[in-house]
Amino acid sequence: MINEPALTESTYYILLSLYEPRHGYGIMQQTELLSHGRVRLAAGTLYGALTALCDKGWIAPLPSEDGSRKKEYRLTDRGFAALQNELERLRELVENGESILGGNGNG
Amino acid sequence: MAETKTVYKIFWVWEFEKEERWLNEMAMNGWALKSVGFCRFTFERTEPGAYTVRLEMRGADEGYLDFMRESGAEYLGRCFQWIYFRKQASLGAFDLFSDIDSRMDHLTRIGTSLRIIGLANLLIGLVNALLSGSGAGAINLLCATLLMYGLGRITGKRDQLEKERELHE
Repeated sequence: MINEPALTESTYYILLSLYEPRHGYGIMQQTELLSHGRVRLAAGTLYGALTALCDKGWIAPLPSEDGSRKKEYRLTDRGFAALQNELERLRELVENGESILGGNGNG
Repeated sequence: MAETKTVYKIFWVWEFEKEERWLNEMAMNGWALKSVGFCRFTFERTEPGAYTVRLEMRGADEGYLDFMRESGAEYLGRCFQWIYFRKQASLGAFDLFSDIDSRMDHLTRIGTSLRIIGLANLLIGLVNALLSGSGAGAINLLCATLLMYGLGRITGKRDQLEKERELHE
């Protein structure tokens, strides 16, 4: 499981945002908030990613409330595991970077 | 009712970025796209820069249109496989794609439909040329050539992105 391919930045933030149930626009806002405005998900990119993540079983749509066309999604157990995995990988990257560059993060 | 004007203009399929740039220049000059048809663009008078316009190739997908509306975009219409949106500039930046992967997917979609229509034209053109012996198939063969040229241009754009993708996302 540890050798799963790296998640893209978009995928990572989408999954993180769905730690709590959110609809599409909410995911965009949360991602922008978490990354302090650095990562902006465009609607077409997000839509494609949501479809792919649902197919993969990492997220699932919530049963829609009556009258609302806005679909809400939430993280599944498998999605949670994928996030944990990625966190592990990122830790390794950061540790190696810091040990070689001396942790002088000036970039 | 706002003043409108209609412009007829041809863009080749590989010029979709140029088309989008032109539509946004029009918007900057106070003419926001309102509806589209075959080589036909209808604009309405607005404050300069009031809207951002985007277009993309995508098959029919009501779910996607709902999703776009939910994010504040206005669906303007469809011409063949191309769909057009605009969003008020005051609502924030408006882009359809924010990473290399989804840009590549988009180019793949365009390439696939060019390939299908191109091959169909090639086949019809050849059958017509062989069976009738007259110039009946010439127009299809011409179309096929043009579509294959378009496919080459689109594939070139995609290859460029793929190269970029090797270093970063």
